[in-house]
Amino acid sequence: MPDYQTAVAYILALLEPRNRSGRPLTEATDLVADIGLSSLQVMELIERLEDHFDLSIPLNLLPDIATIGDLAAKLRDL
Amino acid sequence: MLLDKFAPMAQIRAELAAAGIRPFGAVTERLISATEAVVEGRTVILAGTNNYLGLSFDPRCIADAQEAAARWGTGTTGSRMANGTFAEHLALEAELADLYGLPHAMVFTTGFSATQGLCATLAGPGDVILLDADSHASIYSGAQLSGAEVLRFKHNDPADLEKRLRRLGERAADTLIVVEGIYSMLGDTAPLAEIAAVKREYGGFLMVDEAHSLGVLGEQGRGAADAAGVADAVDFFVGTFSKSLGAIGGFCASPHAALEAVRFSTRAYIFTASASPSVVASTRAALAIMRAEPQLQRRLWANAERLYAGLRDLGLQVGPQPGPVVAVLLDDRDTALAAWQRLLDAGIYVNLVVPPASPTGASLLRCSLSAAHSDAQIGRIIAAFADPVAGAAGAL
Repeated sequence: MPDYQTAVAYILALLEPRNRSGRPLTEATDLVADIGLSSLQVMELIERLEDHFDLSIPLNLLPDIATIGDLAAKLRDL
Repeated sequence: MLLDKFAPMAQIRAELAAAGIRPFGAVTERLISATEAVVEGRTVILAGTNNYLGLSFDPRCIADAQEAAARWGTGTTGSRMANGTFAEHLALEAELADLYGLPHAMVFTTGFSATQGLCATLAGPGDVILLDADSHASIYSGAQLSGAEVLRFKHNDPADLEKRLRRLGERAADTLIVVEGIYSMLGDTAPLAEIAAVKREYGGFLMVDEAHSLGVLGEQGRGAADAAGVADAVDFFVGTFSKSLGAIGGFCASPHAALEAVRFSTRAYIFTASASPSVVASTRAALAIMRAEPQLQRRLWANAERLYAGLRDLGLQVGPQPGPVVAVLLDDRDTALAAWQRLLDAGIYVNLVVPPASPTGASLLRCSLSAAHSDAQIGRIIAAFADPVAGAAGAL
Protein backbone atom coordinates (compact mmCIF):
# COMPACT_ATOMS: atom_id res chain seq x y z
CA MET A 1 0.00 0.00 0.00
CA PRO A 2 1.29 3.50 -0.70
CA ASP A 3 2.40 5.70 2.16
CA TYR A 4 0.28 8.72 2.84
CA GLN A 5 2.45 11.33 1.11
CA THR A 6 2.88 9.18 -2.00
CA ALA A 7 -0.88 8.78 -2.20
CA VAL A 8 -1.50 12.50 -1.73
CA ALA A 9 1.03 13.39 -4.41
CA TYR A 10 -0.50 11.03 -6.94
CA ILE A 11 -4.07 12.17 -6.21
CA LEU A 12 -3.01 15.80 -6.60
CA ALA A 13 -1.38 15.01 -9.93
CA LEU A 14 -4.57 13.32 -11.17
CA LEU A 15 -6.87 16.10 -10.01
CA GLU A 16 -4.87 19.18 -10.89
CA PRO A 17 -6.11 19.24 -14.52
CA ARG A 18 -9.70 19.29 -13.20
CA ASN A 19 -9.07 22.10 -10.74
CA ARG A 20 -10.95 25.15 -11.90
CA SER A 21 -11.44 26.62 -8.44
CA GLY A 22 -8.55 29.06 -8.77
CA ARG A 23 -7.18 27.81 -5.45
CA PRO A 24 -4.34 25.30 -5.05
CA LEU A 25 -5.38 21.76 -4.21
CA THR A 26 -4.40 20.52 -0.77
CA GLU A 27 -5.08 17.54 1.49
CA ALA A 28 -8.08 19.46 2.80
CA THR A 29 -9.66 19.98 -0.61
CA ASP A 30 -13.12 18.39 -0.80
CA LEU A 31 -13.55 16.20 -3.88
CA VAL A 32 -17.17 17.17 -4.45
CA ALA A 33 -17.72 20.52 -2.73
CA ASP A 34 -14.46 22.14 -3.89
CA ILE A 35 -13.60 20.42 -7.16
CA GLY A 36 -17.14 19.53 -8.17
CA LEU A 37 -16.51 15.90 -9.10
CA SER A 38 -19.65 14.01 -10.09
CA SER A 39 -20.25 10.52 -8.72
CA LEU A 40 -19.09 9.13 -12.06
CA GLN A 41 -15.88 11.18 -11.89
CA VAL A 42 -15.23 10.00 -8.35
CA MET A 43 -15.47 6.41 -9.54
CA GLU A 44 -13.13 7.13 -12.45
CA LEU A 45 -10.63 8.59 -9.98
CA ILE A 46 -10.94 5.49 -7.79
CA GLU A 47 -10.32 3.22 -10.79
CA ARG A 48 -7.18 5.13 -11.75
CA LEU A 49 -5.86 4.87 -8.20
CA GLU A 50 -6.66 1.16 -8.10
CA ASP A 51 -4.78 0.56 -11.35
CA HIS A 52 -1.80 2.69 -10.34
CA PHE A 53 -1.32 1.18 -6.88
CA ASP A 54 -2.58 -2.32 -7.84
CA LEU A 55 -5.21 -2.50 -5.13
CA SER A 56 -8.99 -2.59 -4.82
CA ILE A 57 -10.86 0.07 -2.89
CA PRO A 58 -14.10 -1.28 -1.35
CA LEU A 59 -17.19 0.79 -2.07
CA ASN A 60 -17.96 0.54 1.65
CA LEU A 61 -15.19 3.07 2.32
CA LEU A 62 -16.54 5.79 0.05
CA PRO A 63 -19.02 7.37 2.48
CA ASP A 64 -16.08 8.19 4.78
CA ILE A 65 -14.09 9.96 2.07
CA ALA A 66 -14.64 13.67 1.53
CA THR A 67 -11.19 15.19 1.05
CA ILE A 68 -8.00 14.32 -0.77
CA GLY A 69 -6.47 13.61 2.64
CA ASP A 70 -9.30 11.20 3.53
CA LEU A 71 -8.72 9.31 0.29
CA ALA A 72 -4.96 9.12 0.79
CA ALA A 73 -5.43 7.81 4.33
CA LYS A 74 -7.75 5.06 3.11
CA LEU A 75 -5.21 4.03 0.47
CA ARG A 76 -2.49 3.89 3.13
CA ASP A 77 -4.63 1.76 5.44
CA LEU A 78 -5.84 -0.82 2.92
CA MET B 1 -34.03 19.47 7.54
CA LEU B 2 -34.95 15.91 6.73
CA LEU B 3 -36.52 16.74 3.38
CA ASP B 4 -34.10 19.39 2.14
CA LYS B 5 -32.11 16.87 0.15
CA PHE B 6 -35.06 16.40 -2.19
CA ALA B 7 -35.14 20.04 -3.22
CA PRO B 8 -32.93 19.59 -6.33
CA MET B 9 -35.17 16.77 -7.57
CA ALA B 10 -38.28 18.84 -6.90
CA GLN B 11 -36.73 21.70 -8.86
CA ILE B 12 -36.07 19.48 -11.88
CA ARG B 13 -39.63 18.18 -11.77
CA ALA B 14 -40.99 21.71 -11.56
CA GLU B 15 -38.95 22.78 -14.59
CA LEU B 16 -40.18 19.81 -16.61
CA ALA B 17 -43.77 20.49 -15.58
CA ALA B 18 -43.43 24.12 -16.57
CA ALA B 19 -42.17 23.02 -19.97
CA GLY B 20 -45.07 20.59 -20.30
CA ILE B 21 -42.77 17.56 -20.54
CA ARG B 22 -43.27 14.40 -18.50
CA PRO B 23 -40.57 11.91 -19.48
CA PHE B 24 -40.50 10.22 -16.07
CA GLY B 25 -43.80 8.63 -15.17
CA ALA B 26 -45.51 9.41 -18.47
CA VAL B 27 -49.09 8.24 -18.18
CA THR B 28 -50.32 5.39 -20.38
CA GLU B 29 -54.01 6.14 -20.76
CA ARG B 30 -54.95 3.16 -22.87
CA LEU B 31 -53.15 0.08 -24.09
CA ILE B 32 -54.04 -1.00 -27.61
CA SER B 33 -51.68 -3.96 -27.97
CA ALA B 34 -48.25 -5.08 -26.79
CA THR B 35 -46.72 -2.45 -29.07
CA GLU B 36 -49.27 0.38 -29.22
CA ALA B 37 -50.84 2.63 -26.60
CA VAL B 38 -52.18 6.07 -25.88
CA VAL B 39 -49.53 7.84 -23.81
CA GLU B 40 -49.93 11.43 -22.63
CA GLY B 41 -52.79 11.87 -25.09
CA ARG B 42 -50.88 10.58 -28.11
CA THR B 43 -51.28 7.26 -29.91
CA VAL B 44 -47.77 5.86 -29.97
CA ILE B 45 -45.69 2.85 -30.89
CA LEU B 46 -44.25 1.46 -27.67
CA ALA B 47 -40.49 1.23 -28.13
CA GLY B 48 -39.49 1.27 -24.49
CA THR B 49 -41.37 -1.39 -22.55
CA ASN B 50 -38.95 -4.38 -22.24
CA ASN B 51 -41.78 -6.54 -23.59
CA TYR B 52 -39.22 -8.55 -25.52
CA LEU B 53 -41.39 -11.43 -26.65
CA GLY B 54 -44.61 -9.41 -26.78
CA LEU B 55 -46.37 -11.86 -24.49
CA SER B 56 -48.18 -9.35 -22.26
CA PHE B 57 -51.19 -9.59 -24.58
CA ASP B 58 -50.88 -13.24 -25.54
CA PRO B 59 -54.39 -14.71 -25.25
CA ARG B 60 -53.07 -17.90 -23.64
CA CYS B 61 -51.37 -15.93 -20.86
CA ILE B 62 -54.44 -13.77 -20.33
CA ALA B 63 -56.76 -16.79 -20.21
CA ASP B 64 -54.59 -18.56 -17.64
CA ALA B 65 -54.39 -15.41 -15.52
CA GLN B 66 -58.17 -15.02 -15.61
CA GLU B 67 -58.75 -18.64 -14.73
CA ALA B 68 -56.26 -18.46 -11.83
CA ALA B 69 -57.87 -15.30 -10.45
CA ALA B 70 -61.25 -17.02 -10.50
CA ARG B 71 -59.87 -20.18 -8.91
CA TRP B 72 -57.43 -18.74 -6.33
CA GLY B 73 -58.66 -15.19 -5.78
CA THR B 74 -56.90 -11.93 -6.48
CA GLY B 75 -54.04 -12.23 -4.01
CA THR B 76 -52.37 -14.61 -1.58
CA THR B 77 -52.49 -12.06 1.27
CA GLY B 78 -49.47 -13.63 2.89
CA SER B 79 -45.82 -14.61 2.86
CA ARG B 80 -44.44 -17.77 1.32
CA MET B 81 -43.36 -18.60 4.89
CA ALA B 82 -46.93 -18.44 6.13
CA ASN B 83 -50.10 -18.89 4.08
CA GLY B 84 -48.72 -17.63 0.75
CA THR B 85 -47.32 -20.83 -0.77
CA PHE B 86 -49.90 -22.06 -3.25
CA ALA B 87 -49.51 -25.04 -5.55
CA GLU B 88 -49.08 -22.55 -8.41
CA HIS B 89 -45.90 -21.14 -6.85
CA LEU B 90 -44.40 -24.60 -6.46
CA ALA B 91 -45.31 -25.51 -10.02
CA LEU B 92 -43.58 -22.39 -11.34
CA GLU B 93 -40.49 -23.16 -9.28
CA ALA B 94 -40.42 -26.70 -10.65
CA GLU B 95 -40.73 -25.38 -14.21
CA LEU B 96 -37.88 -22.89 -13.70
CA ALA B 97 -35.68 -25.62 -12.24
CA ASP B 98 -36.51 -27.74 -15.26
CA LEU B 99 -35.66 -24.89 -17.65
CA TYR B 100 -32.12 -24.80 -16.29
CA GLY B 101 -31.82 -28.52 -15.56
CA LEU B 102 -31.08 -27.66 -11.93
CA PRO B 103 -32.50 -29.11 -8.71
CA HIS B 104 -33.41 -25.88 -6.93
CA ALA B 105 -35.41 -22.78 -7.79
CA MET B 106 -37.24 -20.11 -5.84
CA VAL B 107 -39.67 -17.42 -6.91
CA PHE B 108 -39.78 -13.85 -5.64
CA THR B 109 -42.59 -11.31 -5.85
CA THR B 110 -40.49 -8.90 -7.92
CA GLY B 111 -37.25 -9.05 -9.85
CA PHE B 112 -35.82 -6.26 -7.72
CA SER B 113 -36.40 -8.26 -4.56
CA ALA B 114 -34.74 -11.32 -6.12
CA THR B 115 -31.45 -9.62 -6.91
CA GLN B 116 -31.44 -7.32 -3.93
CA GLY B 117 -32.52 -10.03 -1.52
CA LEU B 118 -30.05 -12.62 -2.74
CA CYS B 119 -27.08 -10.25 -2.83
CA ALA B 120 -27.96 -9.07 0.67
CA THR B 121 -28.28 -12.61 2.00
CA LEU B 122 -25.76 -14.81 0.17
CA ALA B 123 -22.80 -12.64 1.19
CA GLY B 124 -22.27 -11.31 4.69
CA PRO B 125 -19.63 -9.71 6.88
CA GLY B 126 -16.23 -11.16 6.04
CA ASP B 127 -17.28 -12.12 2.51
CA VAL B 128 -16.71 -10.16 -0.68
CA ILE B 129 -19.14 -9.12 -3.41
CA LEU B 130 -17.39 -8.35 -6.68
CA LEU B 131 -19.83 -6.77 -9.09
CA ASP B 132 -19.72 -5.37 -12.59
CA ALA B 133 -19.61 -1.57 -12.41
CA ASP B 134 -22.75 -1.24 -14.57
CA SER B 135 -24.84 -3.52 -12.37
CA HIS B 136 -28.49 -2.75 -11.74
CA ALA B 137 -29.45 -0.64 -8.73
CA SER B 138 -31.00 -3.69 -7.04
CA ILE B 139 -27.60 -5.40 -7.06
CA TYR B 140 -25.85 -2.37 -5.61
CA SER B 141 -28.59 -2.04 -3.03
CA GLY B 142 -28.35 -5.67 -1.97
CA ALA B 143 -24.56 -5.52 -1.83
CA GLN B 144 -24.78 -2.50 0.43
CA LEU B 145 -27.21 -4.29 2.72
CA SER B 146 -25.12 -7.45 2.90
CA GLY B 147 -22.38 -6.16 5.19
CA ALA B 148 -19.85 -7.76 2.85
CA GLU B 149 -16.89 -5.92 1.39
CA VAL B 150 -18.09 -4.58 -1.95
CA LEU B 151 -15.71 -4.29 -4.88
CA ARG B 152 -16.53 -3.49 -8.46
CA PHE B 153 -14.73 -4.38 -11.65
CA LYS B 154 -14.75 -2.44 -14.90
CA HIS B 155 -17.83 -3.08 -16.99
CA ASN B 156 -17.59 -6.22 -19.13
CA ASP B 157 -13.84 -6.45 -18.48
CA PRO B 158 -12.78 -10.01 -17.53
CA ALA B 159 -9.13 -8.92 -17.22
CA ASP B 160 -10.11 -6.39 -14.54
CA LEU B 161 -12.20 -9.06 -12.80
CA GLU B 162 -9.19 -11.38 -12.86
CA LYS B 163 -6.97 -8.68 -11.42
CA ARG B 164 -9.30 -8.07 -8.51
CA LEU B 165 -9.73 -11.78 -7.73
CA ARG B 166 -5.95 -12.16 -7.76
CA ARG B 167 -5.61 -9.32 -5.25
CA LEU B 168 -8.09 -11.06 -2.96
CA GLY B 169 -5.87 -14.13 -2.61
CA GLU B 170 -7.56 -16.84 -0.54
CA ARG B 171 -10.61 -14.62 -0.03
CA ALA B 172 -11.51 -15.14 -3.69
CA ALA B 173 -13.08 -18.45 -2.68
CA ASP B 174 -15.61 -16.59 -0.53
CA THR B 175 -16.45 -14.05 -3.18
CA LEU B 176 -19.81 -13.62 -4.88
CA ILE B 177 -19.21 -12.42 -8.44
CA VAL B 178 -22.26 -10.66 -9.86
CA VAL B 179 -22.82 -9.91 -13.53
CA GLU B 180 -25.78 -9.44 -15.85
CA GLY B 181 -26.40 -11.35 -19.06
CA ILE B 182 -27.46 -8.28 -21.03
CA TYR B 183 -27.10 -4.82 -19.52
CA SER B 184 -30.29 -2.84 -19.36
CA MET B 185 -29.11 0.59 -20.42
CA LEU B 186 -26.91 -0.01 -23.48
CA GLY B 187 -28.04 -3.53 -24.36
CA ASP B 188 -24.56 -5.01 -24.42
CA THR B 189 -23.96 -8.68 -23.59
CA ALA B 190 -21.54 -9.85 -20.90
CA PRO B 191 -18.49 -11.82 -22.09
CA LEU B 192 -19.60 -14.77 -20.02
CA ALA B 193 -17.23 -17.36 -21.47
CA GLU B 194 -14.27 -15.27 -20.34
CA ILE B 195 -15.88 -14.39 -17.01
CA ALA B 196 -16.63 -18.06 -16.34
CA ALA B 197 -13.01 -18.97 -17.14
CA VAL B 198 -11.76 -16.43 -14.60
CA LYS B 199 -14.21 -17.73 -12.00
CA ARG B 200 -13.06 -21.30 -12.58
CA GLU B 201 -9.43 -20.27 -12.13
CA TYR B 202 -9.85 -18.27 -8.93
CA GLY B 203 -12.93 -19.80 -7.32
CA GLY B 204 -15.84 -17.93 -5.86
CA PHE B 205 -19.50 -18.08 -6.77
CA LEU B 206 -20.99 -16.66 -9.94
CA MET B 207 -24.41 -14.99 -10.06
CA VAL B 208 -25.77 -14.10 -13.49
CA ASP B 209 -28.75 -11.78 -13.64
CA GLU B 210 -30.60 -12.83 -16.77
CA ALA B 211 -33.29 -10.14 -16.38
CA HIS B 212 -32.77 -8.78 -19.90
CA SER B 213 -31.48 -12.01 -21.48
CA LEU B 214 -34.15 -14.52 -20.44
CA GLY B 215 -36.14 -15.28 -23.56
CA VAL B 216 -33.66 -13.24 -25.58
CA LEU B 217 -30.62 -15.52 -25.73
CA GLY B 218 -29.89 -19.22 -25.45
CA GLU B 219 -31.66 -22.47 -26.15
CA GLN B 220 -35.31 -22.25 -25.05
CA GLY B 221 -34.56 -18.67 -23.97
CA ARG B 222 -32.42 -19.70 -20.99
CA GLY B 223 -30.28 -16.62 -21.35
CA ALA B 224 -26.75 -15.39 -21.87
CA ALA B 225 -24.87 -18.05 -19.90
CA ASP B 226 -26.53 -20.80 -21.90
CA ALA B 227 -25.80 -18.98 -25.14
CA ALA B 228 -22.13 -18.69 -24.15
CA GLY B 229 -22.00 -22.39 -23.29
CA VAL B 230 -21.03 -21.79 -19.68
CA ALA B 231 -24.25 -22.51 -17.78
CA ASP B 232 -22.37 -25.07 -15.71
CA ALA B 233 -20.16 -22.32 -14.26
CA VAL B 234 -23.14 -20.40 -12.88
CA ASP B 235 -24.00 -20.84 -9.21
CA PHE B 236 -27.06 -18.60 -9.19
CA PHE B 237 -29.23 -17.74 -12.16
CA VAL B 238 -31.51 -14.86 -11.27
CA GLY B 239 -34.03 -13.04 -13.39
CA THR B 240 -37.38 -11.41 -13.71
CA PHE B 241 -40.81 -12.19 -15.10
CA SER B 242 -41.49 -8.56 -15.96
CA LYS B 243 -39.76 -8.46 -19.33
CA SER B 244 -39.86 -11.45 -21.69
CA LEU B 245 -42.58 -13.12 -19.63
CA GLY B 246 -44.86 -10.10 -19.57
CA ALA B 247 -45.79 -10.21 -15.87
CA ILE B 248 -43.92 -9.33 -12.67
CA GLY B 249 -41.78 -11.37 -10.31
CA GLY B 250 -38.29 -12.74 -9.92
CA PHE B 251 -36.51 -16.03 -9.54
CA CYS B 252 -33.32 -17.82 -8.67
CA ALA B 253 -32.22 -21.25 -9.90
CA SER B 254 -29.16 -22.96 -8.50
CA PRO B 255 -27.31 -26.25 -8.31
CA HIS B 256 -26.65 -25.63 -4.60
CA ALA B 257 -28.87 -27.40 -2.05
CA ALA B 258 -28.20 -24.46 0.27
CA LEU B 259 -30.70 -22.43 -1.77
CA GLU B 260 -33.46 -24.06 0.28
CA ALA B 261 -31.90 -22.60 3.44
CA VAL B 262 -31.24 -19.29 1.71
CA ARG B 263 -34.95 -19.16 0.94
CA PHE B 264 -35.74 -19.07 4.64
CA SER B 265 -33.01 -16.54 5.37
CA THR B 266 -33.90 -13.87 2.81
CA ARG B 267 -35.91 -10.98 4.16
CA ALA B 268 -37.02 -9.85 0.70
CA TYR B 269 -38.60 -13.28 0.28
CA ILE B 270 -40.03 -13.75 3.76
CA PHE B 271 -41.36 -10.36 4.72
CA THR B 272 -43.57 -9.69 1.73
CA ALA B 273 -46.67 -11.28 0.30
CA SER B 274 -46.12 -13.88 -2.40
CA ALA B 275 -47.00 -13.23 -6.04
CA SER B 276 -50.70 -13.12 -6.93
CA PRO B 277 -51.99 -16.37 -8.45
CA SER B 278 -52.97 -14.66 -11.71
CA VAL B 279 -49.42 -13.36 -12.09
CA VAL B 280 -47.94 -16.78 -11.44
CA ALA B 281 -50.34 -18.40 -13.90
CA SER B 282 -49.58 -15.99 -16.75
CA THR B 283 -45.87 -16.35 -16.02
CA ARG B 284 -46.14 -20.13 -16.29
CA ALA B 285 -47.96 -19.81 -19.60
CA ALA B 286 -45.39 -17.34 -20.93
CA LEU B 287 -42.52 -19.55 -19.79
CA ALA B 288 -43.97 -22.48 -21.72
CA ILE B 289 -44.42 -20.31 -24.82
CA MET B 290 -40.86 -18.97 -24.52
CA ARG B 291 -39.48 -22.51 -24.45
CA ALA B 292 -41.66 -23.85 -27.24
CA GLU B 293 -41.58 -20.98 -29.74
CA PRO B 294 -38.01 -20.06 -30.68
CA GLN B 295 -39.35 -18.01 -33.58
CA LEU B 296 -40.18 -15.26 -31.07
CA GLN B 297 -36.51 -14.92 -30.17
CA ARG B 298 -35.53 -14.87 -33.84
CA ARG B 299 -38.13 -12.22 -34.58
CA LEU B 300 -36.93 -10.07 -31.67
CA TRP B 301 -33.35 -10.21 -32.90
CA ALA B 302 -34.32 -9.38 -36.46
CA ASN B 303 -36.08 -6.28 -35.14
CA ALA B 304 -33.17 -5.40 -32.86
CA GLU B 305 -30.57 -5.69 -35.59
CA ARG B 306 -32.66 -3.65 -38.01
CA LEU B 307 -33.24 -0.84 -35.52
CA TYR B 308 -29.61 -0.81 -34.39
CA ALA B 309 -28.35 -0.60 -37.96
CA GLY B 310 -31.00 1.96 -38.89
CA LEU B 311 -30.12 4.32 -36.06
CA ARG B 312 -26.39 3.86 -36.53
CA ASP B 313 -26.75 4.60 -40.24
CA LEU B 314 -28.46 7.88 -39.34
CA GLY B 315 -25.17 8.89 -37.77
CA LEU B 316 -26.47 8.51 -34.22
CA GLN B 317 -24.22 7.24 -31.47
CA VAL B 318 -25.60 3.88 -30.40
CA GLY B 319 -24.49 1.29 -27.83
CA PRO B 320 -21.60 -1.10 -28.46
CA GLN B 321 -23.59 -3.91 -30.06
CA PRO B 322 -27.10 -4.78 -31.27
CA GLY B 323 -29.42 -6.16 -28.63
CA PRO B 324 -32.98 -6.08 -27.37
CA VAL B 325 -32.11 -2.68 -25.95
CA VAL B 326 -30.88 -0.10 -28.45
CA ALA B 327 -29.81 3.16 -26.86
CA VAL B 328 -28.98 6.43 -28.57
CA LEU B 329 -26.41 8.40 -26.60
CA LEU B 330 -26.59 12.18 -26.45
CA ASP B 331 -24.05 14.30 -24.60
CA ASP B 332 -26.46 17.02 -23.57
CA ARG B 333 -29.37 16.37 -21.21
CA ASP B 334 -31.57 19.16 -22.53
CA THR B 335 -31.06 17.97 -26.11
CA ALA B 336 -32.12 14.49 -25.03
CA LEU B 337 -35.14 15.87 -23.23
CA ALA B 338 -36.30 17.83 -26.24
CA ALA B 339 -35.69 14.88 -28.55
CA TRP B 340 -37.69 12.60 -26.26
CA GLN B 341 -40.66 14.97 -26.44
CA ARG B 342 -40.41 15.29 -30.23
CA LEU B 343 -40.35 11.51 -30.55
CA LEU B 344 -43.49 11.29 -28.43
CA ASP B 345 -45.15 13.94 -30.54
CA ALA B 346 -44.15 11.91 -33.60
CA GLY B 347 -45.86 8.84 -32.12
CA ILE B 348 -42.91 6.96 -30.65
CA TYR B 349 -42.52 6.21 -26.94
CA VAL B 350 -38.96 5.48 -25.78
CA ASN B 351 -37.31 5.72 -22.35
CA LEU B 352 -35.34 8.80 -21.41
CA VAL B 353 -32.39 8.07 -19.13
CA VAL B 354 -30.25 10.85 -17.72
CA PRO B 355 -27.24 10.78 -15.38
CA PRO B 356 -26.74 9.39 -12.80
CA ALA B 357 -29.07 6.58 -13.94
CA SER B 358 -27.10 6.16 -17.18
CA PRO B 359 -23.82 4.22 -17.02
CA THR B 360 -21.81 6.99 -18.64
CA GLY B 361 -22.11 10.75 -18.48
CA ALA B 362 -24.38 10.65 -21.54
CA SER B 363 -28.14 10.87 -21.64
CA LEU B 364 -29.91 8.02 -23.37
CA LEU B 365 -32.91 7.64 -25.61
CA ARG B 366 -33.39 4.00 -24.74
CA CYS B 367 -35.40 1.83 -27.08
CA SER B 368 -36.37 -1.74 -26.32
CA LEU B 369 -37.58 -4.08 -29.00
CA SER B 370 -40.30 -6.68 -29.08
CA ALA B 371 -40.97 -9.74 -31.19
CA ALA B 372 -44.43 -8.19 -31.56
CA HIS B 373 -43.12 -5.13 -33.42
CA SER B 374 -44.03 -5.29 -37.09
CA ASP B 375 -41.65 -4.39 -39.90
CA ALA B 376 -43.71 -1.26 -40.50
CA GLN B 377 -43.40 -0.22 -36.85
CA ILE B 378 -39.61 -0.61 -36.89
CA GLY B 379 -39.56 1.52 -40.03
CA ARG B 380 -41.64 4.21 -38.33
CA ILE B 381 -39.34 4.24 -35.30
CA ILE B 382 -36.28 4.75 -37.49
CA ALA B 383 -38.04 7.44 -39.51
CA ALA B 384 -39.03 9.28 -36.34
CA PHE B 385 -35.44 9.29 -35.13
CA ALA B 386 -34.21 10.53 -38.49
CA ASP B 387 -35.75 13.93 -38.13
CA PRO B 388 -35.73 15.24 -34.56
CA VAL B 389 -32.93 13.23 -33.03
CA ALA B 390 -30.47 13.08 -35.87
CA GLY B 391 -31.07 16.76 -36.45
CA ALA B 392 -30.47 17.58 -32.82
CA ALA B 393 -27.43 15.34 -32.57
CA GLY B 394 -25.96 16.89 -35.67
CA ALA B 395 -26.37 20.32 -34.15
CA LEU B 396 -24.31 19.44 -31.08
